[in-house]
Amino acid sequence: MRWRSGRTETTAFNHVILFLLAVFALGPVLVLFLNSVKTSEQIAANPFSIPTEPRWDNYAVAFEKGNYVNTVKNSVILTAGTVIGVLIVGGMGGYALAHLEIRGANIIAFYFLVGTAIPIQLYVVPLFFLWKNFWLLNTHLGLIIIYCATSSPFATYLIRSYMVALPKEFIEAAKIDGASKFQVMTQVILPLSWPGFLTTGLIVGLGVWNEFLIAVTFMHHPDLKPVATSLRAFQERFTRDWGLTNAASVIMLLPVLILFLLMQRRFIEGLTQGGMKM
Amino acid sequence: MAFKIDNHVGVTTAYRWRQILSNYVFLAPVVALNLIVIVIPSLTSIYISMTKWSGLNEPEFVGLANFHRLINDPIYWKSLSHNVIWTIFFLTIPVFMGLMGAFLLSGIKRFQMVYRVAFFIPYVIASVVNTELWRTLLHPRHGIGAWLAKQGIEGFDIRVFGSKHTALYGVAFVDSWHFWGFLVIVYLAAMYQVQPDLYEVAILEGASRFQRFRHVTVPGIRPTLVFTLLMIMIWSVPAFDYIYLLTDGGPAHASEVLGTYLYNMSFFRFEVGYAASIGVTMALITACIVAIFVILRRRGWEI
Repeated sequence: MRWRSGRTETTAFNHVILFLLAVFALGPVLVLFLNSVKTSEQIAANPFSIPTEPRWDNYAVAFEKGNYVNTVKNSVILTAGTVIGVLIVGGMGGYALAHLEIRGANIIAFYFLVGTAIPIQLYVVPLFFLWKNFWLLNTHLGLIIIYCATSSPFATYLIRSYMVALPKEFIEAAKIDGASKFQVMTQVILPLSWPGFLTTGLIVGLGVWNEFLIAVTFMHHPDLKPVATSLRAFQERFTRDWGLTNAASVIMLLPVLILFLLMQRRFIEGLTQGGMKM
Repeated sequence: MAFKIDNHVGVTTAYRWRQILSNYVFLAPVVALNLIVIVIPSLTSIYISMTKWSGLNEPEFVGLANFHRLINDPIYWKSLSHNVIWTIFFLTIPVFMGLMGAFLLSGIKRFQMVYRVAFFIPYVIASVVNTELWRTLLHPRHGIGAWLAKQGIEGFDIRVFGSKHTALYGVAFVDSWHFWGFLVIVYLAAMYQVQPDLYEVAILEGASRFQRFRHVTVPGIRPTLVFTLLMIMIWSVPAFDYIYLLTDGGPAHASEVLGTYLYNMSFFRFEVGYAASIGVTMALITACIVAIFVILRRRGWEI
């Protein structure tokens, strides 16, 4: 029994520290939400106050002046385009590496490991001029191709890890029935490994929605900019209007937060596996 | 294996070959994408680094002149030293917090999921939002510092990102606030792989909480721990977003890193050849980190 009381004491200590850490992680996000419905003066007076008369108007103004109708559309195009592209490319590659006889598969797997370590600054400048020559600068397609390429090693690897786990018997049975490789992929592997595709799609989509460096380099056309870089421009335009810029930030953050809370298991599984198990 | 048997029959061999070649069709798109976007431009960068080029005129071959200039460029060395500080910062503070968070989480069952989600949320928020958030919070006249000063606690109402003494650490702090929760989740997953009986033995032998952490948990998650340290070193070389958004390397290069120095060199000062030479050195640094890791592993270090 003494052991038991000792144990409750132990977890009380854990909870105190963990609670403080959670405040550290979420406190700033909470302040962002609070300040998004205040005026600059109210924020200056006390950044931590609970707004007594919330100014929901900040959101309407930010949404309109930030041209969110347009930028959200652009971000959705980029995100959806990249997710679809990378799932096709990564799905085919993952299938080949998991279930087909590939000589030099080790070299390709090694590239996927080292390829993600190549600093983007090594290739961003030549790529800029290459894209300029191909008329891909300032186009959604140009950005989608880059995003597909940069996330494809991760996507291929993650999808492969789901496909390797599938029982070989299903594939053998389909082959005996006379299915081609393509049919095996679309009719046997795909229906069985869709959780891997969903996880990969979520992680890649999150990355594209939040991405900054590539977007700011390759997209200068104001009407085609995604949320991330136009939010940056918005912040620079309204530097003194804290309430407004905070509201604009919340608009960008909200869809991610909702999707993350709904599917947090998948997000966490994918991000930790993809980042760490390579 | 099946190859050698087939070799006796010509037709079958041809068929086999076609079969194997068709396998590569599935791999072709992902390989082509990586060649076009990453590999070929990376190799081109090596050539550009040996030219004088503004991006508009014809590149002029100058051999290793850019690298010679790098060696004598104090801002390059300053940026490199900031990358080293950045790396050390990330190898210590977020790793310590990640280990602590994960160890404490592994000891509880109730609310574990709530804490995990709470710690992970900053990791899924965009850099543009996180930097905006902390720029407000650390503002000298409207932020935490000013609020503390009003409560009588002076000394924190400073321009964190505007002072050359604090800019680099301020940015590193914001970026690590976004990052440490990720490490918690990674370490927690690894801690669940540690044999539970090891802990029971340790408890029976009267080991304190810290002793259990030091002698059971840390050795138990060592492969994961070393791997995260390697990834942090690799990710610190191209560090860019948070620095660019908060200080753009300023004031007076006080928070300049290789990534921002290269970016401004190529896209604002149009010294594309020189920028490429910076990029080449960044890739070499990454290659050295990976090589050291591989050599240590070959020598039998359990990492």
